[in-house]
Amino acid sequence: MNEITEALLAEISDYKGEFKGAYNIRENGSCVGRQSSEHIRIEPKTDKSGIDIFIDPFTKGETVYIPACVTKSHVSDLVYNDFFVGEGADVVIVAGCGVHADNEGEAKHNGVHRFFLGKSSKVIYREKHLGTGSGDSFRRIDPVTDAILDEDSSLEMDTVQLGGVDSSLRKTSAKLAARAKLIVRERIMTDGAEEAKTDFVVEMNGEDSVVDLVSRSVAKGHSYQEFKSHILGRNRCTGHSECDAILVDNGRVNALPALEAANIDAALIHEAAIGKIAGEQILKLQTLGLTEEEAQQKIISGFLK
Amino acid sequence: MLTLEHIAWSVPDGEQIVKDVSYTAESGKLIVVTGPNGGGKTSTAKLIAGLEKPDSGRIIFNGEDITDLDITERAKKGIAFAFQQPVRFKGLTVKDMLELAAGGELPYHALCDLLGKVGLCAKEYIDRELNSGLSGGEMKRIEIATVLARKAPLSIFDEPEAGIDLWSFSKLVETFKKIRSEQHGTLLIISHQERILEIADEIVVIADGMIRSSGTADEILPNLLTGESVSICPRGKESL
Repeated sequence: MNEITEALLAEISDYKGEFKGAYNIRENGSCVGRQSSEHIRIEPKTDKSGIDIFIDPFTKGETVYIPACVTKSHVSDLVYNDFFVGEGADVVIVAGCGVHADNEGEAKHNGVHRFFLGKSSKVIYREKHLGTGSGDSFRRIDPVTDAILDEDSSLEMDTVQLGGVDSSLRKTSAKLAARAKLIVRERIMTDGAEEAKTDFVVEMNGEDSVVDLVSRSVAKGHSYQEFKSHILGRNRCTGHSECDAILVDNGRVNALPALEAANIDAALIHEAAIGKIAGEQILKLQTLGLTEEEAQQKIISGFLK
Repeated sequence: MLTLEHIAWSVPDGEQIVKDVSYTAESGKLIVVTGPNGGGKTSTAKLIAGLEKPDSGRIIFNGEDITDLDITERAKKGIAFAFQQPVRFKGLTVKDMLELAAGGELPYHALCDLLGKVGLCAKEYIDRELNSGLSGGEMKRIEIATVLARKAPLSIFDEPEAGIDLWSFSKLVETFKKIRSEQHGTLLIISHQERILEIADEIVVIADGMIRSSGTADEILPNLLTGESVSICPRGKESL
């Protein structure tokens, strides 16, 4: 693994020289480190690029790391990772993608993740995107996530992209069985001419399934963000989506939420708020001794926390 | 010590709200500013905190002319301000705000002490965001706690009683009394409440952009309660 990968790993996946437990590290399209644990087995796919992660039923308290890094231009990495989470398992999955490029040309990572959550399983999924480097290179990350949640399972997705990625398109889809629960917390900050788009499609097929989708974003410079969500309730279920965005400079945000209730007992709510930082918020923090710039920074960092 | 010298201020459309206010507040006093709505109380308080800049006159704080200092600089000099309408923040928690006010991390017992002074339990509140999940009354009490956390030489409270329940109001009155006895800072409270007016070391009546009278509670309060120009909420009739 090269030094750039090590630096990116520290940022995107809390890497401190090693991972404990199961992991798979991907660098410029190749595996540079892999380890299975007693209860989590990682196997390479035979038909295409990527891995299968098998988590034994009732595995508790383990974390599996599957970060991917692209460290130079003219690399377009496409990977397929499938997660098979056994019944009753309770684990953390740390993904994360770092893209570094210093020269002209595009550096791209496209990860297609599929999750199959067994009955009563629980997964916390953390994914952080980061772009670094200089020059005229173009850093692009386009993740795709498809999740199938069996009865009583829950998936909590915590995704962060706080800068350096010129273009990203995150597509997430999920199908929920009875009493399954999907929680999404998304935070995005773009600057300059960056563009970030997210597109969620969630189908609540089972009785008493729940989705709670919260996206917070900050668009600075001339950057552009797009938030799309489509929540479909096919049964007695509860769906909530919230899109809050702060505009700074000439940033633009387009929010396109959609709710579709196909059952009389489907309770669906959407909230959206887009605007600049309220002047009174700045004033309040100034009365505590912060400068205007410090106040703005504090408001944004708190908003994206 | 705070001195206002012939302060005047007009809103952008030209109406003069503060016409000519001169006043000296001695350190360590609990001063209650009262008067009719629209008379210039809140504007005067905002001028002291730097939220507005006077058109004319000078503001002297602890011997230094702070007229041209901005809000941040005045805050750093030791002026704290509790907004009448607390500001909501998505993402910032009660703990974040209290620590920003205190200028550093606070141990749990300190957070508990601060929130306890306004009738809130730290365990239930410190991790809550200052967003729409909190009621107006809760926000108001947290706003007051934020100013208490600053332990500033001059703390200004703009109608602290507005929007809080009677029990919390009683606790608040006791808190103000306690702060006066424990600290040497000046408390400047804008209020219409008799129970706050009667604990004042000095009452200042502002009407029509000017100070109409000032003196001890014994001197001023009887006239306020019988007069018609200022609407005072009598003890026991608090409509909070």
